[in-house]
Order: sequence, then structure tokens, then C-alpha cells
Amino acid sequence: MIELADIWRTYTMGGEELHALAGVSETIEKGEHVAVMGPSGSGKSTLLNMLGCLDRPTSGSYRLAGREVGDLPDTELSRVRQTEIGFVFQSYPLVARLDAAANVELPMVFAGIGRAERRERVRRAMQAVGIEGRAKHRPAEMSGGQRQRVAIARATVMEPKILLADEPTGNLDSASGTQVLDLLDRMSADGLTLIVVTHDPGVARRADRIVVLGDGRIVRRMAGSQVTDLARLFSGSEA
Amino acid sequence: MRPLDLLGLAWGALAGQRLRAGLSLVGVAVGVAAVVVLTALGEGARRYVSGQFESLGTNLLIVIPGKNETTGSIPGIGGAPNDLTLEDAEALARRIPQAELVVPLAVGNETVSRGERRRQVTVIGATDGFLEARRLAMRSGSFLPEADWDRASPVAVLGSQLATELFEHENPLGGVVRVGEARARVIGILEQRGTQLGVNMDDLVIVPVASAMQFFDRRSLFRVLIQVGVHTEIALAEQRVIDILAERHGEEDVTCLTQDAVSGALGGILAVLTLAVAGIAGVSLTVAGIGIMNVMLVSVSERTPEVGLLRAMGARRRQILALFLVEAVLLSSAGGVIGLTASWLATQLVMLWYPSFPAQPPAWAIGASLALSLVVGALFGVLPARGASRLDPVIALGGK
Ligand SMILES: Nc1ncnc2c1ncn2[C@@H]1O[C@H](COP(=O)(O)OP(=O)(O)O)[C@@H](O)[C@H]1O
Ligand SMILES: [Mg+2]
Repeated sequence: MIELADIWRTYTMGGEELHALAGVSETIEKGEHVAVMGPSGSGKSTLLNMLGCLDRPTSGSYRLAGREVGDLPDTELSRVRQTEIGFVFQSYPLVARLDAAANVELPMVFAGIGRAERRERVRRAMQAVGIEGRAKHRPAEMSGGQRQRVAIARATVMEPKILLADEPTGNLDSASGTQVLDLLDRMSADGLTLIVVTHDPGVARRADRIVVLGDGRIVRRMAGSQVTDLARLFSGSEA
Repeated sequence: MRPLDLLGLAWGALAGQRLRAGLSLVGVAVGVAAVVVLTALGEGARRYVSGQFESLGTNLLIVIPGKNETTGSIPGIGGAPNDLTLEDAEALARRIPQAELVVPLAVGNETVSRGERRRQVTVIGATDGFLEARRLAMRSGSFLPEADWDRASPVAVLGSQLATELFEHENPLGGVVRVGEARARVIGILEQRGTQLGVNMDDLVIVPVASAMQFFDRRSLFRVLIQVGVHTEIALAEQRVIDILAERHGEEDVTCLTQDAVSGALGGILAVLTLAVAGIAGVSLTVAGIGIMNVMLVSVSERTPEVGLLRAMGARRRQILALFLVEAVLLSSAGGVIGLTASWLATQLVMLWYPSFPAQPPAWAIGASLALSLVVGALFGVLPARGASRLDPVIALGGK
């Protein structure tokens, strides 16, 4: 379903080249739950943005459901982001002036879905993440965990096949972090392809398998259950 | 995206940044109001002046003693022109068949008094035709009677204001006033008229022209007014006037003014004035537009992460642009309507204070200012948003 072949992402800064990704090849099957680990600056976010069609590779091939993403025009990429992929960020960027329900509704507004159907889907999505009581609250009136759950409801309301999460619990206390992770696990169990970037072994352990990045390359692959060995490797190395 | 949803999103975005939206709104409103009010004043001035001339009738020929030399000296001032006498006026009346009315005028200032009340006012010596030639009306009594022009007679017609000043609540008709040294009986009061060509028609005395020339001890008339029956015969009449007076004086020593020439020249000047005013107003609208652009630039750069977020959830570039376009158009059209309302109020106020001043904005100024504000608003609103919508979503998001 996701096929990466020799992906490079190079930034040129002041004449110097920086390879955020330096030849990543990986295949992720439909319904898999994958964790991406690695020290800070190793290219985890760059890889996830690439997968989410927010960024384009400098070279290499990214095939999504058999289609070469690099060849798609912008409108088609927008459609892919709209219908195939959901994105959850570390800092749960919600639109501050809109309440929770309106934030969840937003992707459907741009997709041109009718009002009645939107209302019904917002209700279901908010129920699924357990924040139906917060529909009229603005982001500033909610806790970090609640905001992240609104963000997850928003990312899944278009019923995408893939959910990408970049350190979804990075800013949360452990209790609300666990709530969010349980929620993601449930969605994964329902058949969603889930890719989570994390430096937390406790988060990674929930995945089917783990990909470890170092300096823009995949340096290790392992099963989720193997993660305990790694905990020592990365402890305290993340900002 | 549905139009109503688009409108809702744009409205929400504007409501979420009230200060900035308000500033843009004020900018557009002030720009539009400036254009409309300034052009209304310019247009009003033009109409006021041409209205003043038209109230005199367009068939009027004014004969002034003295030749308007090419040196540019003003007729009647400087040099010593030949007298323009009552006999000259009588000759014109007899010998110009196109003339409907010929009115000799003597004008000066005199003290007019009644008992202890006295005022320095304009005294016009005229004949019975003056009433029609200057389109005046009587409030009460009658105007100067038809009589031989060279016969002085002790009667006077008062302007309405002067009549009130001198007589208060008494009936002025039949009363006696002093004009300089002479006594005159009041036979009529003029209807209120206001200022006409620089003379306050409410604060003056009209006496028979022969009487006025006696008070002033003058032989020369101030003007001779000639009303021609048919507009197209004005040039013909003008030539006759010059010929007749040249024959009588032995030289060409008078100047003829026609209504058309004077009001045409003035109207031209005032049209240029209106254009200049419109230019100033246009500049102010552009300045307002640049203000909007600044506000929008700040707004867009602050909202770049939001643009990235919207792009990440699948919004297309065009949808982002449409959103900013609708915001800008909402702002500038609301500003335009507010500006129009404000300028309407302003012109109503002007008309309240100066009822005779027709301060009406020309239709083109309203249309142009609205169109310009829309275009300026849309352009300056959307240009900065283009940049943000073109960024890769990940850059717009700020690397999150
Ligand atoms: N927009 C950018 N411009 C220049 N360099 C960048 C940019 N984004 C990321 N990088 C660099 O690419 C490398 C990988 O970054 P990132 O993928 O964010 O790492 P991680 O998420 O693993 O911490 C880092 O060295 C980072 O400085
Ligand atoms: Mg990162």
C-alpha cells in the first residue's frame, strides 16, 4: 500500500546540503501499525510529512496505493490528503477561533459535504474519541488531552485509510497520553493503517513493528515487543 | 466547497480578528466617503454657479462702459471710458428689434434711513423691466411703474430683509424712507431671493434710474441689460449694440458680456475643479487600499500556519484563495456601503446648512469609488494570500 524506494530529502542552507532523509526504502501494508523512532533530528518528521503528501521527496519514488505521488498535480495531492490520509501533530494545531465541533467539521467543509451529513459525522467522530460533551468549547477552554482528541476526531472524520501521528503524546501527561494511545490502538484494530512517530518506548511497544531512523537512514527494524532493549539507547536523547 | 460555507468561514475569520477587520473597514469607508463628498462639493459648486447664471436667463446681454482692451485691463476700471448715458440706452431700446427688454442700471451705495434706523445698502437705479430681466418677484405692493426713463420720481422698492429692518412689524407700503438726502415712498417689497451674482437681493433699494443718477451725481450708467427674445439672435443683437454705440460715440468703447460666454467659461473651470477634487479623492482611496494591503499582509503572515493546516487537511489552493478573496470583498463592500452612507449624511448636512448649495455627488463618482474600493480591496486582500497558498503545506505549517 505504501512503497518508499530510495527516498532522499535534501535541504540546501547557505550552500551546504543537509540530507534530512538519505535513501529510505520501506513498505507498509494496509492495516499495519508502525512506530518510527530515532534521536532528534534523525528525520522522523520529515519522513512522516513525506508520507502525508505535505512534502515532496528530492529524489526517489513514493507509491501510494499503486500511484506515484511525485507525478500527481497539486489538486490531486489535495484530494489524497483530504480522503486518504489523516494527520495528527504533536502540538494539536486547532483553529483557535472555532469551537471543537467546527474544528472537526472543517475538512468536510472543504470537501463540500452537506450540512446535515456533516453534523451527523461530527457527532459520531466526537463520540468515538469521547469528547462529545466539549462540542461548543474553544481550544483555549480545553486541556491538552482533550485538544489532541479533537485533533484525532478531525483527522479521522473523513474516514481516511491512513492515520499519521507525529509524537501525538509528546505534550501530554501520562494519563491523557494513555487515553489517546488507547484510542489510536482501537482505530488500528478497526483496520486503519497507523504510523506513529515517537521517542517513547512505551508508545512504540504498542506497534506491530518499529522502524528506527538515524541520520536520515533506517538503521534498524524490529518487532514492537523488542522495544525494551532500545529504551536504554534513547533515554534522555530527545528534546 | 459550498458558497454558504465559504461565506461562513470568511465571516468567522473576520470576526476572529476584529481590530484588523475594523481598521480595513474604516480605511475603505473613509476612502469612499472622501471620493463621494469631495466630488459632491465640487459638483455642487459647479451647479451653484451655473444655476446663478441661469436664474438670470440665458438670453441676457450685458453692456458695460469701457472697452475690454487686449492689455487685459478690467472694463470700467482704470482709464476713463466714455459715458454710457440714458440716451444711449434709449437709442438701443429703439433701434434693436431683437431686444425684448432694455434696462439701464445705475448702482451705488447709500445710507437708507427711517427715523433712527439707518443702514448702508446697495441702491440700484433701474426701470420697470428690471423685475423681469433679473427674474425677481414681488412679495407685496408693486414694482417701479412704467415711466419715462429720464424722469426722477420719489418712490422705492425694498428688499425683504431691509424692509423688516426698517419697519419691523409695521406695514412698509406707503411708508417714507430717506435714501441719502432724498425722501422716497415705499411702493413695493421684493420676494426673498438671497445672493445673486454677489449682490444680496434682500438687502437693497431699487429706485428709478433717473433718481439714482441724481443721488450719485453721475452721468454714466453702470450697465445696460438687454434681454433678447430668441436665444439664437444674441450674437446679432450684440453686433447691433456695438455698431449703434460706436456710431453715437465715434469709437468702439463698450464691452458686451453674454450669459453663455460667462457661464461657459466658469463652468469649464469648475469642471476642471471637480476633476482635480476627484483626483485627490482617488489618491485617498488608493492610500486606503495600501492600508488594507498592510493589514492583509500582517493577517496572512500570521495565518500562514492556519493555511498550512487547511492544506494538510485537503484544502486546495483555489479554496484558500477564495476564502481570502471573500474576506477581502466582504470587508471592502461593507466599507463601501458605510462610506456611502457617511457621505450621504455629510451632503445632507451641507444642504441643511446651505439649502441653496446643491451638494449632490455625481453618479460616476459613486460608481467609480465603489468599484475602485472593491478592486483595491480584493487585489490587496488576495495578493498576499497567494504566497501563503503556494507554500508547501509543511513549510506553511512551520515545520511542525
Ligand atoms: N524546513 C527545513 N529546512 C532546513 N532543514 C530542515 C527543515 N526541516 C527539517 N530540517 C532538518 O532536517 C533534519 C531532520 O529533521 P526532522 O525530520 O524534523 O527530525 P526529527 O523529527 O527526527 O526530530 C534536521 O537536521 C532538521 O534540522
Ligand atoms: Mg520531529
